[in-house]
Amino acid sequence: MAAAEARIAIASDDDVVAARQAGRRLAETLGLGTTDLTLLATAISEVARNITAYAGEGEVVVRRVELDGASGIEVVARDAGPGIADVERALQDGYTTGNGLGLGLPGARRLMDDFEIVSQPGVGTTVTMTKWARS
Amino acid sequence: MSVPILKQGNVLIASIQTALTDTEVLRLQDELMAQIGRFRSRGIVVDVTALDVMDSFVSRSLRAIAHMTRLRGAETVIVGIQPEVAFAMVQLGTSMEDVHTALDLEEGLALLESLGGEAERGGGG
Repeated sequence: MAAAEARIAIASDDDVVAARQAGRRLAETLGLGTTDLTLLATAISEVARNITAYAGEGEVVVRRVELDGASGIEVVARDAGPGIADVERALQDGYTTGNGLGLGLPGARRLMDDFEIVSQPGVGTTVTMTKWARS
Repeated sequence: MSVPILKQGNVLIASIQTALTDTEVLRLQDELMAQIGRFRSRGIVVDVTALDVMDSFVSRSLRAIAHMTRLRGAETVIVGIQPEVAFAMVQLGTSMEDVHTALDLEEGLALLESLGGEAERGGGG
């Protein structure tokens, strides 16, 4: 039985790659299809990069979850960075306070099945998102 | 891990072998821009067959390579985007509309050849 959880400290762009690869490996054990694996890995890449870009450091935790007989992979990306003042706006395509395309959060939301973001200026940001296995 | 860049006639072929960090993507961008000047290349093919993820950063960097190349009078073709990667890119919302793409290396080289021919005719030879 493979480990049901992986925790990746995020501080550099190597860690962004490590996080999405860990997420993909864990999801493979769940039998997610190749398209869903790619959507998941891409979403992890976006939220992990947000940590390095805005907070500097944080962590990504991927774990297997069960709900009402369905299995999925939950990703929690957490940092104690500057936080997001206007979360609604941050979820709109093309809005960015960095130098990216502003696709990270809205894109990750589209790639996943469930997506939730909690952020408080000066405290940090936590993104929780889930991809469910199709049964 | 750096991306090998092969010079074949007046074309540069960059074959990405493994997942790249953002730093490595930026290094590839710099290296291609340097080599296109050094070798007076007419085109670049970037082979992304090995990439299992093309997130917003990689997509943006590849577009930047294509735009910069064009400003230097050459063309770029991205080849080998895997079907599930293409699906993810559409969901993510990254646009490659203004970038030439082809199925594989062979088709990419053929496309560059046809683009080069057009440029020469357009320039009045």
